[in-house]
Amino acid sequence: MRSALRAFVVKEMRHILRDRQTLTVLLAMPLVQVVLFGYALRSDVRNIRVAVVDASPDVETTALRDRFRATNRFRVVGSTSTLASVEPMFRQGKADMALVFEPGFAENLASETPAKVLLAIDASDPNTGTTTEAYARAVIQQYENDLTERRGAVRIKTETRMRFNPTLESVNLFVPGLIALVLTLVSALMTAISLSREKERGTLEVLLVSPLRPWQVIVGKVLPYLVLAFANAVTALFAAWLIFQVPIRGSVTLLLAQSMLYAIVSLSLGVLIASVTSSQRTAMFGALLGTMLPSTLLSGMIFPITSMPRPLQLLSNIIPARWFIVIARGIMLKGVGLEHLWKETLVLSVMTAVLMVASIRSFKPRIA
Amino acid sequence: MRTLRFLLRKEFTQIVRDKLMLRQMILLPIIQLLVLASAATFEVKTARMFVVDLDRTESSRGLINSFRASGRFVIDGSSASMEPASEALLQRTASLIVRIPTDFERDVVRTKSAPLQIIFNAEDGAAAGITSSYAQQIITAYARQLGAELRPTITDAPVMEVRARGWYNAELNYRDYMIPGILVQLVTVVGTLLTAMNIVREKEIGTLDQLNVTPVPRSAFIAGKLIPLWAIALIELTIGLLVARFLFDVPMRGSIPLVFFCAAVYLVAALGIGLWISTLVETQQQAMFVTFFIIMIYLLMSGLFTPIRSMPDWAQWMAQLNPVKHFIGIMRAILLKGAGLRDVAAPLSILAGFGVVVLTLAVRQYAKRAA
Repeated sequence: MRSALRAFVVKEMRHILRDRQTLTVLLAMPLVQVVLFGYALRSDVRNIRVAVVDASPDVETTALRDRFRATNRFRVVGSTSTLASVEPMFRQGKADMALVFEPGFAENLASETPAKVLLAIDASDPNTGTTTEAYARAVIQQYENDLTERRGAVRIKTETRMRFNPTLESVNLFVPGLIALVLTLVSALMTAISLSREKERGTLEVLLVSPLRPWQVIVGKVLPYLVLAFANAVTALFAAWLIFQVPIRGSVTLLLAQSMLYAIVSLSLGVLIASVTSSQRTAMFGALLGTMLPSTLLSGMIFPITSMPRPLQLLSNIIPARWFIVIARGIMLKGVGLEHLWKETLVLSVMTAVLMVASIRSFKPRIA
Repeated sequence: MRTLRFLLRKEFTQIVRDKLMLRQMILLPIIQLLVLASAATFEVKTARMFVVDLDRTESSRGLINSFRASGRFVIDGSSASMEPASEALLQRTASLIVRIPTDFERDVVRTKSAPLQIIFNAEDGAAAGITSSYAQQIITAYARQLGAELRPTITDAPVMEVRARGWYNAELNYRDYMIPGILVQLVTVVGTLLTAMNIVREKEIGTLDQLNVTPVPRSAFIAGKLIPLWAIALIELTIGLLVARFLFDVPMRGSIPLVFFCAAVYLVAALGIGLWISTLVETQQQAMFVTFFIIMIYLLMSGLFTPIRSMPDWAQWMAQLNPVKHFIGIMRAILLKGAGLRDVAAPLSILAGFGVVVLTLAVRQYAKRAA
């Protein structure tokens, strides 16, 4: 029996190695993704173009404008005297925000009347709009604080620390999610397709009447993909570390072990999908709906889970990637070990057990 | 023409026969819109705060109350030392720690300046940045209040008044903004993936060789394959638009026929990419992977999820060559801003050009392969 299983695994390995195109895509994918995520994708907003509307420039408005210029987020792209002339700049996409001063800004600052500033923001993308407003307010706030301090008002000096990711580098946050994505893609999708392919071609029946037991067929099918998935995770991790110096503060062994656990969850899901679908095409759509989509969007990889509406937050709990990302971020950014991650690990283990039983169960009747 | 009609009938029969597939095709847009439209936001509603109050005076309690009263912060725990706070950050039960040092009140009274520390869990980078800005606003307002209490001669009227106005989407509605982009993603995935897989499936089963030895001209074969899939993608768009309109109440300010016209043009490019992929690969598995790979890059670089202008220059330049980006722009312009044909003419002509080039290349590649 043992040697039969081994022969089966070897056969499966050959299938994979023979298919150069898929192999190339599979090996190149994590690299391209790391580079794209690292260089091009930022959830943070940078390079905000500011148009200054200042009908009567004075010392204070110039000083505040220089404050904006001094940050690395804002760039002053022009100044006009009426708000109306900013409108075309917005429409042509040449400015993202207008900083509008009322006339007599400095006098009002010196007197009792509050000096008024208007931030007109191109909010057609609400995500960017909200972030832009927050950053602009922070700059003005700082200026106001310095101003009132000179006059002897009370000031609370806030020292802010961004723990675990001091520079708010997006790549540090994306890489753990990326590893989850790669593992899902290889494990769940490839397994689902590969199994349903045997079904479609009728070779699965042949396998099932062979002396191999159903579980052995499944193990033989998933083992090579497990190896492949693991190789991919390591590549992505190594590339991220080499190119972007993404930190791995905790134990690498633990991270790899957890990746393995997550890969097994995804594999079980893949087997389950394959056993309930009949063709490669439906298996693929099933895998797309059941794994890829939730793993990218409901897992907290790009969008924070706390920002989602309540039902989606609850839904995210049954998505394995969500737990894996917490684990991976914990190990990589926080440097914590199992003592903080046992809960998430337990959830993943239970999921594995449930999915494995379910997939083997739903696979079995097919031999009859 | 007769041949084409038979081929079309065959394709449609095959598609309609696959009941599971049809069900998935209807489910896909609904789930995508449901999930994506509400999940894709960086908005921070409430942040969980851990308080380490070492001062324990009226002033320090006042500050904590200001945080609580703002509604943006929920106090999730407090202690007299940093260890439990730090633990809360590690356990992710809190997303920020506010540490008020001893002598906070004394410093305020004596020197009018008191230090304060805030430590964020920057695991969610974007959220931490926004939360930090909210916290700063609360602290400044409180400092002003303290100043007024100390020296009643100065009013606690704000020195500056900052108002913000979001143009073009005053209610900052994420859903309305995201849905046109999600519809684009939907038709792209369906169109490209189905094309690539459909043709490769014939290859894999061996029926492609049979078709190639029949008197069916190559052009009729390709047209017979592409037209049904093109129609399916448009039907998919229709389902998506209906869901968006009646389930999500998305405004549709522009002309719907124009939406379909632009989609029809765009799909030529999307299907062309699918056809091109199908000439390069041998199995459905390969087709799927190559398609996923390409679509993923297109989608991530399209500005759907992260702003294009935060990208480096080379990536912004690359985005100009991305048909997905242009079509998303068109959809948003028509649906949200009510743009007409003239407004979207420029990106539409780019799409048309892209479609012609891709389809020509793909057909030539196909001819070369099959010969």
